[in-house]
Amino acid sequence: MVARPSGRKANEMRSMKAKVGIIPNADGSAMFAFGDTIAIAAVYGPRQLHPQHMQDPSTGILRVNYDLLSFSVSERKKPGPSRRSKEISQVTEWALSPVLDLRAFPNTVIDVQIYILQADAGTRTAGINAASMALAHAGIPMKNLICSVAVGKLDKDLALDADNAEEHYDEGEGHTDIPLAKIAGTDEFTLMQLDGKIPPEMIKDVLEMVNKGCEEIYEVQKKALKEIVE
Amino acid sequence: MIENEINEENEQIESSEGNKRWVVVPGEIIVSGEDFLPGEGARREGDNVIADRFGLAEVAGRMIKVIPLSGAYIPRRGNVVIGRVVDVTFNGWLVDTDSAGSAFLPIAESPRFLNRNEMDQYLGIGDVLSAKIWSIKGRGIDLTLKGRGLGKLEGGFIFRINASRVPRIIGREGSMITLIKEKTGCNITVGQNGWVWVKGDDLDSEIKARKAIEFVADKVLIEGLTDKMEVWFQEN
Repeated sequence: MVARPSGRKANEMRSMKAKVGIIPNADGSAMFAFGDTIAIAAVYGPRQLHPQHMQDPSTGILRVNYDLLSFSVSERKKPGPSRRSKEISQVTEWALSPVLDLRAFPNTVIDVQIYILQADAGTRTAGINAASMALAHAGIPMKNLICSVAVGKLDKDLALDADNAEEHYDEGEGHTDIPLAKIAGTDEFTLMQLDGKIPPEMIKDVLEMVNKGCEEIYEVQKKALKEIVE
Repeated sequence: MIENEINEENEQIESSEGNKRWVVVPGEIIVSGEDFLPGEGARREGDNVIADRFGLAEVAGRMIKVIPLSGAYIPRRGNVVIGRVVDVTFNGWLVDTDSAGSAFLPIAESPRFLNRNEMDQYLGIGDVLSAKIWSIKGRGIDLTLKGRGLGKLEGGFIFRINASRVPRIIGREGSMITLIKEKTGCNITVGQNGWVWVKGDDLDSEIKARKAIEFVADKVLIEGLTDKMEVWFQEN
């Protein structure tokens, strides 16, 4: 068992913060933070979709845009879309859409903007958590909330919600990053990525760890949503 | 028995109708048991009635529904909305109603016969009107001006509030809006899409009406709001 650079236990997450209704001009908005990673999400719509050729007369569509703000990382990030941000936007869209049923809003789009104010690893998962709360805040019909957290593997040991220092762990087998998202209170996973190497028999432990983490996240999300009503 | 459990779990607020209301998040179990029927914003899953969206759950007899607290306006047939003319076409007007899909007001739906060439004298670009949603098709919303109190809104100003707060502004059987109208002497029209039109004798009373409406729109869960507004008017 390697000691985590952060001194946390293997299944211990960073302290979480969540707030709903942070952007007055959006139809729904939320902030979610894992320790030093801060994500904000704004939801607009359902509104008319442009360009028109993307419109679907049978259902509304979800459009997610994720981006790091230029000051969110220690080396200035050039603003604008990149290969990485496009990929994360797409997987976030796929992670969120299973809980949405947009057939009641044909020809429309729901725009979700996710911005990372401060990055300390786990930005896509923080973004998904924020977006899930923002969608609920926007009054979009949804089956359930989505909770998301990443599991890291430092050498041969799993570590829940790795931070940036842990992502740069380079002893032994090095670091493996497995971001996951699931529908709260179910066993349905909507996102699973793997960056690195992991023996297949360890996946079960990963999922167990995520289940525990997501329970905590769900409570934080629920509390934040209920807080905005005095 | 089941109801007692809910009482302990949630801080409940008695609504003016005497029904219980509390905040729910999507996917949360509202009530358990076969006796309840899921209404708007709720669904049944096995033994439980589950919230489909974020809002206030209300138990009215056997019916369970979730009242939205926020979000964009979703147009419904029969709603009276306030809009602004964005284009005059050969057979009607294109109206911005701040909702998904464009709204169209055909010339045949104006209250009196209009000649094609006097259309923009009747309603020009930028004019504000209150209209009723006549039908919602895949292509968009169709409006009509046939009905009481519908038509062009002249003078005054419009502003926006969240569409989910409109029922609060109107109050039970219009009690709230009547109170604000009486106290400020303004003419007020509230569209279901959250646009509010205010016209009074002078700017001061118009601004007072706007402040009063925004004050009400800010309060989500306070009961006896009409009484609170009486006090507010005494203080301001």
